[in-house]
Amino acid sequence: MNDNDPKGIPHTTPRQSATFTQDVNSDIRRAAATGIYDIRGGGAKRKLPSFDDLLFMGASISRYPLEGYREKCETSVTIGGLHAENPIELDIPITIAGMSFGALSGPAKEALGRGASAAGTSTTTGDGGMTPEERGHSSKLVYQYLPSRYGMNPNDLRKADAIEIVVGQGAKPGGGGMLLGQKISDRVATMRNLPKGIDQRSACRHPDWTGPDDLEIKILELREITGWKVPIYVKVAGARPYYDTTLAVKAGADAVVLDGMQGGTAATQDVFIEHVGQPTLAIVRPAVQALQDLGMHRKVQLILSGGIRTGADVAKAMALGADAVAIGTAALIALGDNDPKWEAEYNALGTTAGAYDDWHEGKDPAGITTQDPELMARFDPIEGGRRLRNYLKVMTLEAQTIARACGKNHLHNLEPEDLVALTMEAAAMAQVPLAGTNWYPGKPGTSY
Amino acid sequence: MQTIDLSKVGLRETNKMLQDQSADTNQTSWEIVNPRGSHAIACGLDAPIEVTIKGSTGYYCAGMNQQATVNIHGSAGPGTGENIMSGKIVIEGDASQYLGATGQGGLIVVKGNASSRCGISMKGVNIVVQGNIGHMSAFMGQSGNLVVCGDAGDALGDSCYEARFFVRGKVKSLGADCIKKEMREEHITLLRNLLDEAGIDADPNEFSRYGSARQLYNFHVDNAGAY
Repeated sequence: MNDNDPKGIPHTTPRQSATFTQDVNSDIRRAAATGIYDIRGGGAKRKLPSFDDLLFMGASISRYPLEGYREKCETSVTIGGLHAENPIELDIPITIAGMSFGALSGPAKEALGRGASAAGTSTTTGDGGMTPEERGHSSKLVYQYLPSRYGMNPNDLRKADAIEIVVGQGAKPGGGGMLLGQKISDRVATMRNLPKGIDQRSACRHPDWTGPDDLEIKILELREITGWKVPIYVKVAGARPYYDTTLAVKAGADAVVLDGMQGGTAATQDVFIEHVGQPTLAIVRPAVQALQDLGMHRKVQLILSGGIRTGADVAKAMALGADAVAIGTAALIALGDNDPKWEAEYNALGTTAGAYDDWHEGKDPAGITTQDPELMARFDPIEGGRRLRNYLKVMTLEAQTIARACGKNHLHNLEPEDLVALTMEAAAMAQVPLAGTNWYPGKPGTSY
Repeated sequence: MQTIDLSKVGLRETNKMLQDQSADTNQTSWEIVNPRGSHAIACGLDAPIEVTIKGSTGYYCAGMNQQATVNIHGSAGPGTGENIMSGKIVIEGDASQYLGATGQGGLIVVKGNASSRCGISMKGVNIVVQGNIGHMSAFMGQSGNLVVCGDAGDALGDSCYEARFFVRGKVKSLGADCIKKEMREEHITLLRNLLDEAGIDADPNEFSRYGSARQLYNFHVDNAGAY
């Protein structure tokens, strides 16, 4: 074992365990030192089957493309036309997912509204109620109706362009939330009607309904209070997408928001984020199948979220049957979260740009996931809004580029037939052929 | 007095008529007959009107109420008065589960008993129950007052924050971090006012006060067994 072994016996190379990796060992040491599980923000970081495992085939002799700079490729989407008097009309099928005031600073929420509005899409409140600046800067604002009901009131409910009943989110199916005391400023405490500085728990279940039959009545109540004017979405984690989608539609939802495990959270146990839920790639087809079985595909809209980053992801989600997507983490990165320009400060926090996920601690150098006035002052909501608009525009252009190459004059016309998979897993989950074959695992009429 | 036959007018039209009333309306007295346990009756009101429902109601009656007084001459279904902001709800019979869930203001009076999870996540509402309440009542109660003239079921005030609970009878068990507290003169005065406002004749001196021990306000691993 020693280079200087006097007997000249060759030493073996030190071998790291594939089971006890450096990451695992550091987790064990941290747990042993603190006695508490690790809490962090963001979504699953582990390698998962994803949209990267799919490819578009593009046009060929049997499919002809559209001219990129001459022929239109539409991107608009209408959400909530089934029951609501005023469905939401969006220019692009990329929406901003729910993120709370509290988890995010007021200027960050303002920037999300500015960017989304400039790009012709909607943004969404979160587990902290609606702020005036968010409403004021969002041309289309979706109001989340959450188990905690922090800041919930009928006046804000009636100001919303849509209501999203949150049953679960992809980062933590079956879990509630936690906003740690260090982020509970006077304003956050007042909005949530709780003492300043305490850990604020968000319930995992709604306090006044359980199960799909109750949900139907809850939707009725919300419609009665808002005069049947605005669409009502139901957001579920990607746990049991076929049944959850079926039950949401049965309960009367206008749209289903389906969130895979790459979807972010402000603060949850790392073990929850990494070990509960399903990858976004795996959940879209069962949900679409549920809608098709009910005759509701394209009538009840499916909004997919969880790790959407590029126009290619948007196009793939829509090809698999989604009507729109929602982005959260990607929007924060566009605003400036995890920007390498703050590397020295990330290092001081014991991390590095790109890996910073202790959003719950309120020390965000970028001034986005914080309530610290000095850090918040670093963030310019006007510039942030401009950056988000640019990013949304680029994603849209990318998706259009792919759609035209597949000969589609609307993003909604993309279809599974346009796709192949690079791996067996992706082929099975997306139910598209493994590249170079006409087969995928589980394909009806085949055996394997 | 405006009388609406819900079985003929329908829920949407009934609620619209009530919701359309403004702060200075002169149509302040309304009666709804034949409710037949319908859901979401008189929800989302926001005017100083009085609505009397002649019969029992389903889920979410008077949900998110503001300013209005809603009298239920019968028993009330789950979630009655959920997220009430202001005004008053009086239930002559019994109330089902989740009464006044997340209520932020106003007063709810139950002449009979209230079921489980009464006042769950209450955020400022005052609830006065002449009879008993069920288990897990005031779970995660944030603020406001829950007054029980009878007995309370299991796990009263589990994981509560700053809500106060006054119980005249027995408490089967207290929830995590909920303790019995000293009944000081200020609490006697507060309770007397609540009972007077609810129109219930009871001696405040016969009640005990319960509330948060504030030991779970910030997570500590030594308290993990309490969760």
